[in-house]
Amino acid sequence: MSVLVYAEHDNAALNKATLSVIAAAKEIGGDITVLVAGKGCNAVAEQAAKAEGVSKVLCADNDAYEHQLAENIAELVAEVGADYSHILAAATTTGKNFAPRAAALMDVAQISEISEVVDGDTFKRPIYAGNAIATVKCGDDKKVITVRPTSFDAVAEEGGSASVESCDVVKDAGISSFVGEELAKSDRPELASAEIVISGGRGMGNGDNFEILYKVADKLGAAVGASRAAVDAGFVPNDMQVGQTGKIVAPNLYMAVGISGAIQHLAGMKDSKVIVAINKDEEAPIFQVADYGLVADLFEAVPELDSKL
Amino acid sequence: MKVLVPIKRVIDYNVKVRVKADHSGVDLANVKMAMNPFCEIAVEEAVRLKEKGVVSEIVAVSIGPKAAQEQLRTAMALGADRSILVETDEDVQPLGIAKALKAIVDEEKPELVILGKQAIDDDNNQTGQMLAALTGMPQGTFASEVNVEEGKVKVTREIDGGLQTVELKLPAVVTTDLRLNEPRYASLPNIMKAKKKPMDVKSPADLGVDMTPRVTIEKVETPAERKAGVMVGSVDELVDKLKNEAKVI
Repeated sequence: MSVLVYAEHDNAALNKATLSVIAAAKEIGGDITVLVAGKGCNAVAEQAAKAEGVSKVLCADNDAYEHQLAENIAELVAEVGADYSHILAAATTTGKNFAPRAAALMDVAQISEISEVVDGDTFKRPIYAGNAIATVKCGDDKKVITVRPTSFDAVAEEGGSASVESCDVVKDAGISSFVGEELAKSDRPELASAEIVISGGRGMGNGDNFEILYKVADKLGAAVGASRAAVDAGFVPNDMQVGQTGKIVAPNLYMAVGISGAIQHLAGMKDSKVIVAINKDEEAPIFQVADYGLVADLFEAVPELDSKL
Repeated sequence: MKVLVPIKRVIDYNVKVRVKADHSGVDLANVKMAMNPFCEIAVEEAVRLKEKGVVSEIVAVSIGPKAAQEQLRTAMALGADRSILVETDEDVQPLGIAKALKAIVDEEKPELVILGKQAIDDDNNQTGQMLAALTGMPQGTFASEVNVEEGKVKVTREIDGGLQTVELKLPAVVTTDLRLNEPRYASLPNIMKAKKKPMDVKSPADLGVDMTPRVTIEKVETPAERKAGVMVGSVDELVDKLKNEAKVI
């Protein structure tokens, strides 16, 4: 077996999610090659080469790959991937965008968001918003897989010494182009990889009230998330959403503030190590998954928490 | 321009899912079914484009059991002009669905295909991307804004760090994210009118595509339950527990 891992990055640094994908690749077995596609992404390739367990890094540095356009990346992956038994990417918006496209180009199935490797053909993955776990077996000779990063412990960033080779495959489908992006700027850690996450729900009342969560988050070095209800109500942007249709997080500490605990939200955070719920409704379902529950008015409890940290 | 809107019949959003005792799947007997929520957003977007005068015809399509006619009627009550059901009782998977949809695209030649980013049953998030690959169309996935211009469409996408805007040549595939729009409810007169709108029923054989599943489901289990925690009486107690018991702060 041989595994091709698609690296997630911003052309400057390797995203930590890739280290979890490499961990999944190690469980499958065989040589691990990391494909870094981007523009001016050499530093990323060097970083990937140091990751534990990687035997080779392919660096495809071209204008066509700068913005990770799925039309170009899928063609690249389908061509480079021909030599591998497994192709893995993180189940991020980048991986979810190109992996099914690459799989269809190769006429094979794609297996989404695996949470466990059983063997080289068999994997576990959550379905129905995590309310059921399916064990699936893929009969195709090549497996294209997205990996839920929070389900695998990242390999060490340092310790490897893989060779870096340049990959000169250029695929520019010419049917799509990048116009622009608005990335949320925050000094707080990234939601998907933060050790501590504090999320607010509909109970926050409005977007301004999230300020009390930001204060606590800054004291704890935490990321701030939100339930779908809070996003739908327009309190905060969608990139803060934790849940079935948002981000999947599994931090050491997850604090749910003013969140009732709809199954779609629980799907995104129930693998957290310790869960705290603060809600004034003692019947809220969130308390059924919380390690520590506090029935209180969040507008009193959160500032008090802030003062005591 | 013509828009194709593929939709899926799934378990209703509010139903609590139960795994079957024999672990063969999820119990769907006597369970309320509905149109997948992301598909509703896709239908709504198509209808809004028609209201703006950008789109002239909306064709809804579903691949699944006979009962999926209900969801196609709903799509027509919401504003689709006609519909196509590719009827099959077999297990259908994203690659097979994408192949069937490609056959429909070849016949119908839509300029835009709008579909949900994922179905809330299998949570695959694949079909749109696969259809785009098979038809050679560009894709605008996880859309929060869609603007059709001459010969192209600008799609703003929900990505992990924020928003990204891409420009795609038409014909193109767009998959919907939650914030694209808020779907309307079908009015009673429109529900009545939808009963008279045309629905074409086909079989996978009519389309000449191989929809054989590539993935077998070996077992479906209920996830491990979290063990019940404790209630604390005050913020002080909470801070103490987090510091000294859980040791997470």
